[in-house]
Amino acid sequence: MRPNFRIWPILVLLSILSLPLVLMYFYLVVDTVTDTTAGSLLPDRFTLEHWKFLFEKPETGRASIWPVTANTFLFASSTSLIVVMISLTAGYALSRLNMPFRKFFLGGILTLHAFPTVTLIIAIFLMLQMSGLYNTLIGVILVKTALELPLGIWIMKGFYDTVPWEIEMAGITDGASRFTVWWKLVLPQVQPGIAALALFSFLEAWKEFILPQVLAPSGASQVLATYLQNTIMDDRKPDFNLFKSIGLFYALPVILIYVVFNRKLMNIYGGGTKG
Amino acid sequence: MRIALENFTKTFGETTVIDNMSLTIDSGEMLALLGPSGCGKSTTLFAVCGIHRMDGGRLLFGERDVTTLPSQQRNVGVVFQNYALYPHMTVHENIAFPLKVRRENRADIARKVEKIAGLVQIGELMARRPAQLSGGQQQRVALARALVREPDILLLDEPLANLDAKLRLEMRSEIRRIQQETGITAVLVTHDQVEAMSMCDRIAIMNRGEIVQLSSPSEMYDNPSSDFVAGFLGNPPIAFLDGTTEEGGFRLANSRVTLPIPSNLAIAGSGVPMRLGVRPEFFQPGNPLKVTGKVSFVEIQGREELYDVTLENGAVLRSIQPHGGNHKLGDEVTWGIAQDRILAFGPDGSRL
Repeated sequence: MRPNFRIWPILVLLSILSLPLVLMYFYLVVDTVTDTTAGSLLPDRFTLEHWKFLFEKPETGRASIWPVTANTFLFASSTSLIVVMISLTAGYALSRLNMPFRKFFLGGILTLHAFPTVTLIIAIFLMLQMSGLYNTLIGVILVKTALELPLGIWIMKGFYDTVPWEIEMAGITDGASRFTVWWKLVLPQVQPGIAALALFSFLEAWKEFILPQVLAPSGASQVLATYLQNTIMDDRKPDFNLFKSIGLFYALPVILIYVVFNRKLMNIYGGGTKG
Repeated sequence: MRIALENFTKTFGETTVIDNMSLTIDSGEMLALLGPSGCGKSTTLFAVCGIHRMDGGRLLFGERDVTTLPSQQRNVGVVFQNYALYPHMTVHENIAFPLKVRRENRADIARKVEKIAGLVQIGELMARRPAQLSGGQQQRVALARALVREPDILLLDEPLANLDAKLRLEMRSEIRRIQQETGITAVLVTHDQVEAMSMCDRIAIMNRGEIVQLSSPSEMYDNPSSDFVAGFLGNPPIAFLDGTTEEGGFRLANSRVTLPIPSNLAIAGSGVPMRLGVRPEFFQPGNPLKVTGKVSFVEIQGREELYDVTLENGAVLRSIQPHGGNHKLGDEVTWGIAQDRILAFGPDGSRL
């Protein structure tokens, strides 16, 4: 089929526009395995020295990368898990149950979602400090979860809205309790939404920087985002190749998730309509 | 099982959809709730299966009062208009679901599912998923799922609306066969008079939340209680002539044409507005009571031909005749009405 416009001018334009990004990614990868003399564009030699952080602690007495990675993973997956569990139930309630103040809740959720996080940070800081959760991973997880919930609930409500009422009516007349209907008949229909929301909130937490930085700044509850920042913050001679290597290491799971699950992630923007 | 609705009332917010309706369905009978959309027939069905709460009245299954019982404890089987099969389950799992919920043992479930699948003739489809089935097959699965736990009553909500014309014909007789083989009491909700007449023992025709008439299909066709019922049953539909009574006859509105009043009617006085209904099969060239008009519409249906004849005053009569009449649009024809088959209605629409 002949398209009704030429494709190559668009391709050229898009290529030129995205070239800087591609180049930057290219150098990000290349720089982690080479050394380059300052001022030169081309690398001098191949080296794996910048990846040494995987096996031994970097100098200047910083923590090993693995506990920090474990922290990040724990942070991201717990956030994801809690967000999914609460969104699944809350979304169902908002979509289906004839509960009081439903309109108010729906409006409230949208407002909360639009609210900029940073403006809350001092209040949250004080609350965490009073409750003794300051500088703990649990504290950060709770706060991140709370901030992700509005979007999650709203998205799950959208998915529930697409499930036909008749399926639930059929389940009820077949003799199943409301809970069984939800668990056995409705949840399988919104399964793409669950997958998308789980991945999405995992990624959101994985990349979170401000919250861990402010609410859990030191030691045991460090996550990769803050760790990465520390590698260039308190050094007198910043090691940019190390910074890039850790950066790439930090980005790998994200890239992997996008590559493997990108179709599932796209569901979140489709609002649950089947493609 | 005998089902009885007594003084059923249903309101949604401020509007009363159904007011004080009573209906009894005999054991083993198939009853149609027929009516235009919005007449309350689906509301009635949902009240019987327990999805809608009743705002007044009682519902009896046999001697048992189930008015306040939740749907789960009522033992009704429902077939929904879009079938509402569970998309993530196979046909077998779909049919087995009501039994699984009741925690029957595996062997029993397998036996019952197989038996019912044989009855609705879907034995070879058990491993498929609903998306892999045709409309007619989905319909059969939905029937099987509704029937598998031997419900007290089977409710069918517009079961044929989503099928194409040929399948509709096939499923019409299939549903009737299955209902008769199982001997189950059934209620069919439909807006299609052909479905109601061909499938059911009795028809309850509804309008604006009331049952207008309740009788057997042929009785309802021959003896409609109002012009609404007469107009609803029959395809092609009945034609109405408006006019007034006068000395010894009936004068059509805006014309000098008078017809004799059917002999079985006792009409008092002249100048009373009246409505005559003439079914297309009773307006034929051979009948004695002649009227003259112009053919204003011709529809060739193959075996039969349908004509509209516009009379001098603008009123339209319909006639359905065997193929071969060869009347053209614009022809002037003088055909006759079968006098003893005229249905007469008063000004309020009720039968005289």
